Amino acid sequence: MSELTSGSGTAPEERSATRARAVRGYADLSGEVESRIVEQIGEQHARLATRLSEVGAIIVIASGKGGVGKSAVTANLAVTLANCGARVGAVDADLNGPSLGRMLGFLGSQLEDRPDGVVPATGVAGVRGISTDLLIEEGVPLKWKGPSHDQFVWQGVTEAVTLREFISDVVWGPLDYLLIDIPPGTDKIGRFLNLVSEVGPAHLQPHQVLLVTIPSEAAAAVVARSATQLREAGVPCVGVVGNMAGYARPGRDDLLPLFTGPSAGEIARAAGLELWAEIPFDSVWGAKTDRGEPVGAEGDSATARVIAQLAEQVEHGPGGREEKK
Amino acid sequence: MKFLCIQCDEVMSFSDRDLPGDGTITALFSCGVCGREMAMLTNPMETQLITSLGVEIGGRTVPEQPFQQTRTRLDAPREDVFVDAVVSSSEDNGDANTASVSEHEFAKIRVTWSPEATDRLGGVPRFVRGMVKRIYTDYAQEKQIEIITPDVMDQIRSELGLEGM
Repeated sequence: MSELTSGSGTAPEERSATRARAVRGYADLSGEVESRIVEQIGEQHARLATRLSEVGAIIVIASGKGGVGKSAVTANLAVTLANCGARVGAVDADLNGPSLGRMLGFLGSQLEDRPDGVVPATGVAGVRGISTDLLIEEGVPLKWKGPSHDQFVWQGVTEAVTLREFISDVVWGPLDYLLIDIPPGTDKIGRFLNLVSEVGPAHLQPHQVLLVTIPSEAAAAVVARSATQLREAGVPCVGVVGNMAGYARPGRDDLLPLFTGPSAGEIARAAGLELWAEIPFDSVWGAKTDRGEPVGAEGDSATARVIAQLAEQVEHGPGGREEKK
Repeated sequence: MKFLCIQCDEVMSFSDRDLPGDGTITALFSCGVCGREMAMLTNPMETQLITSLGVEIGGRTVPEQPFQQTRTRLDAPREDVFVDAVVSSSEDNGDANTASVSEHEFAKIRVTWSPEATDRLGGVPRFVRGMVKRIYTDYAQEKQIEIITPDVMDQIRSELGLEGM
């Protein structure tokens, strides 16, 4: 930034005298700040607060590690809750690797513009959703306009504001649950916690956080880091969801091992957390999710039964419909 | 950020803004007492950092549009993603544009497009494709048609008298 001045010229000795004078500091100056940047940000927070006031419970699905099936868990949990009569919204916070649009079957939908916000897409079982895969063509990477050099300086801020718009600028209507699918990276969990903590006078927290993991050493280490982060942030309700916990064969209840690492139960215990579910890998169930036809808890497969139990846990957890009865 | 005219001990007022289109901003400030003017020039990186916050330097002259940053900063967005709200007959007598999403909208069926229908829609000129898609989708929802195929498109065209679309 640089400044140019015009008007009467000032002699060097005069400028020197001016510098010697005490100059008032920012806090000493009364009157309006004309850029109103702080006020504009305050208005953004107010919109976010208004929108979240219509949400019964914010459910965060995170991991810290990629490739553990967070989005598949999100999609199937959303559909299961919706099939139980809950009003469910889902935010795909993975801006650079979106998949909820495809998994919830609303890929290619259009977003209706209203002065008070954008109407979300409607997916399987009436789940409402928003995702960057609605905003960009398939196969096209997410890119932002701006200086091409040192993009890392501003890209994080841009993405944080986009995530805020995904919540505050969407006409969700009254929801029982708003599911947030957080991308890999423990920093991304922190980004979301920071975003909602700015809402209202109280330090808002997600009602429940599901830490998804798979039975592997690498995943265990990341879960431990995420658990510490959530504990330090004061998030009260965190459960571990073990995904791909063995291979489920059609018509059989026993599971074949998929990984040789610690089980989700062991990972949860090591992190000082509760184990909420261990979801077996079921290729048919997974393929349907990938096709945008998640069945959730439908059918009598072992996977469907576990998803039903997980949904039950969420319903009875903080902010859940059963907990409020 | 504030600018102080040291000679007059007066906070300078924002008077004008110029966006040359190269990512820079020129913001003019003047002293209400002596008339001295000052131009604040930001480089593209500084401009980007501020606008990334979703704010407007110098204050907003028009209200912020929903998804303002996503719309304005996204490179190569899908062209037909946003469509204007359609006023239904039940909302026509009220303030339809500000009506919240109602309970019955949760019961709306989900309409999908077959690959063949999507290909055919691709033949519609881009500038009206979004509107055309919306018309077909809304009609299919109303008629509880879950998948739009070329045959369904023909049927809708015929029923709505859209032979040219």
